[in-house]
Amino acid sequence: MKKLMKGNEAIAEAAIQAGCRFFFGYPITPQNQIPEYMSKRMPQVGGCFLQSESEVAAINMVFGAGGAGARVMTSSSSPGISLKQEGISYIVGAEVPCVIVNMVRGGPGLGGIQPAQSDYYQATRGGGHGDYHMCVLAPSSVQEAVTLTQDAFDIADRYRNPVMIMGDGLIGQMMEPVDLDEASNRKPAPDLQEKKWAATGHVPTEDAPRAVINSLYIDPQVLENHCKHLQEKYDAIEAAECRWQEEQVEDAELVIVAYGTTSRIVRSAMRKCRALGIKVGMIRPITLWPFPEAAIRATIPTAEKYLCVEMSMGQMVDDVRLAVNGERPVEFYGRTGGMVPTVNEIVGKIKELTGYSEDILSQAGKLFNDAVNAVGAAFGDIGKKIDETVKSPEFAQKTETLKKQAEDTAAKAADGIAKGADALATGLNKAIDALKKQFDNNDKGGEQ
Amino acid sequence: MAIVFEKTKMLCDKPFHYCPGCTHGIIHRLVAEALDELNIGDTAIGVAPVGCAVFAYDYFNCDMMEAAHGRAPAVATGIKRVHPDKAVFTYQGDGDLASIGAAEIVHAATRGEKITVIFVNNAIYGMTGGQMAPTTLPGQVTTTSPYGRDVNHCGYPVKVSEMLSTLTGPAYIERVSVHDVPNIKKAKAAIKKAFQLQMEGKGFTMVEVISSCPTNWGMTPKEALEWVKSDMLPAYPLGVYKDVTTGGAE
Amino acid sequence: MEKQFLVAGFGGQGVLLIGQLIAKAAMRQGYEVSWMPAYGPEMRGGEANCAVVVSDEPIGSPLVSEPPVLVAMNKPSLVKFMPKMPKGGVLLYNATLIDGVELRTDIKVIPVHCNEIADQLQNARTSNMVMLGAIREATDVVTQENLIETLRDWLGEKKAAMLDINKQAIIEGEKVVKG
Repeated sequence: MKKLMKGNEAIAEAAIQAGCRFFFGYPITPQNQIPEYMSKRMPQVGGCFLQSESEVAAINMVFGAGGAGARVMTSSSSPGISLKQEGISYIVGAEVPCVIVNMVRGGPGLGGIQPAQSDYYQATRGGGHGDYHMCVLAPSSVQEAVTLTQDAFDIADRYRNPVMIMGDGLIGQMMEPVDLDEASNRKPAPDLQEKKWAATGHVPTEDAPRAVINSLYIDPQVLENHCKHLQEKYDAIEAAECRWQEEQVEDAELVIVAYGTTSRIVRSAMRKCRALGIKVGMIRPITLWPFPEAAIRATIPTAEKYLCVEMSMGQMVDDVRLAVNGERPVEFYGRTGGMVPTVNEIVGKIKELTGYSEDILSQAGKLFNDAVNAVGAAFGDIGKKIDETVKSPEFAQKTETLKKQAEDTAAKAADGIAKGADALATGLNKAIDALKKQFDNNDKGGEQ
Repeated sequence: MAIVFEKTKMLCDKPFHYCPGCTHGIIHRLVAEALDELNIGDTAIGVAPVGCAVFAYDYFNCDMMEAAHGRAPAVATGIKRVHPDKAVFTYQGDGDLASIGAAEIVHAATRGEKITVIFVNNAIYGMTGGQMAPTTLPGQVTTTSPYGRDVNHCGYPVKVSEMLSTLTGPAYIERVSVHDVPNIKKAKAAIKKAFQLQMEGKGFTMVEVISSCPTNWGMTPKEALEWVKSDMLPAYPLGVYKDVTTGGAE
Repeated sequence: MEKQFLVAGFGGQGVLLIGQLIAKAAMRQGYEVSWMPAYGPEMRGGEANCAVVVSDEPIGSPLVSEPPVLVAMNKPSLVKFMPKMPKGGVLLYNATLIDGVELRTDIKVIPVHCNEIADQLQNARTSNMVMLGAIREATDVVTQENLIETLRDWLGEKKAAMLDINKQAIIEGEKVVKG
C-alpha cells in the first residue's frame, strides 16, 4: 500500500527495514526528520538511536558500531558532512561498512539551508584525506530514496566501504507516495558473507582471527599495498555498481546530464521541449561515483552536444567533460546557493543550445527535413538488407528465386516509401498553408 | 623448575616499541592482567588512540580498533552500544584525551557510557617529539614551550579527573601513579575496579595514570620517576575522585 | 492531466495540511502526487507554503514557481505569489483576512470568507477545511467522497469525533464556489 512520506522519513524507515539498528547523528537542517524519526523508531525495533555531541563524534560512533559488525547509519547536511570527513577517511582506511546520508544545502561555510548540489566534488573525490572513493547514490524521488538506501547497506557490506546517499533539501523535505511493501523486512543480499572480520569481542579462531580494525600502516610499502587493495575494490565497484537512467536519448541531438532533484526539473523541461519537436534527452546518473561514463560515451555518435544542469557552479560537468573527452561541446547551466533552477530557465537553455526558432515556418521546414532524412535512412536500410541477402550463402544456392523475391521486395518497399514521401510532402504543404492562413488571421486580429 | 615470571596471556607476543624507562609498558601490563583476572579478556574490545600508544592494537590480545586522534570514546560508544555485554575500553594519552578529544571524553562521561578509559597523563606529547600538552605543568619546558609553559600566554594544566568527577554520569574515577611498586599495585586495583564496575553496568569508569616520559622530559628514567613524585603529584593529586559504590570520593 | 497548486499563509493556519490532504486524496484516487513545503527559518517567521502537484504521469518538477492555482490564506502570501500566476490561473483567497489588494483581472478570482464561515460553524479551527472544500469544488482535483475519506483516515480513531465538523466545513467551502 502506498503511503505519503517525506524523503527524510522514508530513508530512515528504509534503513530500519534493511536491518540498520544503530544511528548516531547531530541536528542540522534540512535533514532533522531522519534523526527525529530514528529516535522514535529505534527503541521500537530494539535498536539504538544516540544523539552525539558533534558530527565528529557521530561518525566515530558509526566507525565503532560498524567495526563491531552492525549495520549503522548517520545523516547530516553539508557543514556537518565536512566535519565527518576525518572519520570517513578512517572508516575507508579501516574497511568498515556504513551508510552516510548527506542532504546537501548551499555552501561554502555555513552557507544556507536551501537545497544545493555543491558537495559533488567532496562526495565523489573522497572528501577526506588519502586515496579513496565512496560509492555515492543520488535518488531523485522518495521511492527511489527507499530503494537506494537499502541497496546502500548491501553495497557497503559487499565492499566493506562507506556508501553515501546524496540528496538535497528537496529530496529530504518532499512528500511523495511510497510503497514500502517490497522494502519491508529486506534481507541482506545473498552474496554477503558473515562479518568474521568484525571486532565483536570474540575468542579468535582460525576462521576468524583476532580483529584489528585499523587504518594505520606505518611502513610505506605496506601502505601502498593496502591502497592497491582498496583500488581493486574501487575497480570492482566501478565494474558492478554503476547505475544511471536514460530518457529519450536515442534520437537526442542535445543530451542533458542531471541528477537528483535537478533531473526532475529537467524532465519537466524536456516534456515541454519534446512537445515543440526539440530532440532532447537525458542521462541521469544514479551513482555519482562510479560515474556512468560509458553511458554518456555511448551517446556520442548521435548527440550533437551535451548540457549539464546542476544546483552548483559546475562540478559534475567536469565528469561529463572527461567522459565526452572533447568529442562534443559540453555546456553548463546551474543555479546555486539554494536557488533551484526553474523549468522555464532550462527550457530557455535547451532552446538556445538547439537553435530552436519560434518561427513556425522554419519549424515546419525542419520537420520536412527530418522526414526527408528519415526516408533516406529507410532507403539506406533496404539497400543494406539487400546487400546482406546477396552476400548470404543461401543466396548462392537459390539465386534465382531469392533474387526475384529481393527485387520484388525492394520494388514494393521503394514504391511504398515514394508514396509515403509524397503523402508527407502533401501533408506538410497543407500544414504550411494552414499555418500561413492562421498567421494571416492573427495579423488581421491584431489590426482590429 | 618453578616459573617466576610469565607474560600475561592478554598481551600479544610482540615487543613494545616504547622508549626505555617509559611506563606505558607497565600500564599495558596492568590493563592486561586486570582483564585476565576478571575473566573478561577473551571477549574484550579495546580502542587504541593516536599518540605513543597508537600501536596498542598490536599489544592487547583481544579485538581492537584504532581510532582517530581524540575520538576513542566515540568509537568505544559505538562498539559498546552494539555489544553491551562486552568489556570495552579505550587507552588514551593526554593530548588525545584532554586536548583534541576533550569533547568526546566529556560527553562519553556525561552519558555514563559503560566503558573503561585508561588515561595516561605524562604532561607531554611523546610521539610527536615532546610538544606542550594540555597537562604540561606551569614553567615546564617542551619543544613548543621552550621558555617554560607561560600560564599568562597559554593557560593552566587541565585536571581531567577533577573535571569529570563533577559530572553525574561517571561511576568511578581514580587517579593513580606507577612511579613505584606500592603505587603500581594501587593502580592495578583501580583498573580492576573500573572494569568490574563497567561489567556491573554502573556507568562510565576512568583511571588516570600519571606516567613518565624520560625521553621528552630530558631525564634519565630514575630522574623521571623522581620528577613524577616531586612535581607531577603535587599538581595532580592521587586518589578516588568519584565512586558510586561508596557514594563519592574517598 | 497535471494540476499544480501553491498553498500559502501564516504558519498555524493549516496551509501545509491543506496541501497534504489534497495530495493524499489524489494519491488515493490513483494519481501521482508530490508535496513540497518551503522549509527553513521563514516558516518560523510566520510564512508557510507548500507546492502540490497532481498528475496522471510521473511528476517532473515538484516545485510550482508559476502557480496555476494559488491558495492565499493571508495577505503577504497573496502579494508575494499573485504576480507569479500565469494568465487564466485560479486564485482562491481568504477574504476574511485579506483586503485592500488590487486583484489581477486576467485570472479567475474566488474570495472565500474562511474564518467567518468557520466561526458560523462555531469552530474557528476549521477555516482551512472551508478553503479545502472551495479548492476541491473550483479545481475538481479529487472527488468529494474521496476527500472526506482521506480526512477520515487522517483524523484516525482518536479524533474521529472531529470528522463531522470538518466535513461540514468542507461542504460549506464547496458552496462558496458553487454560488
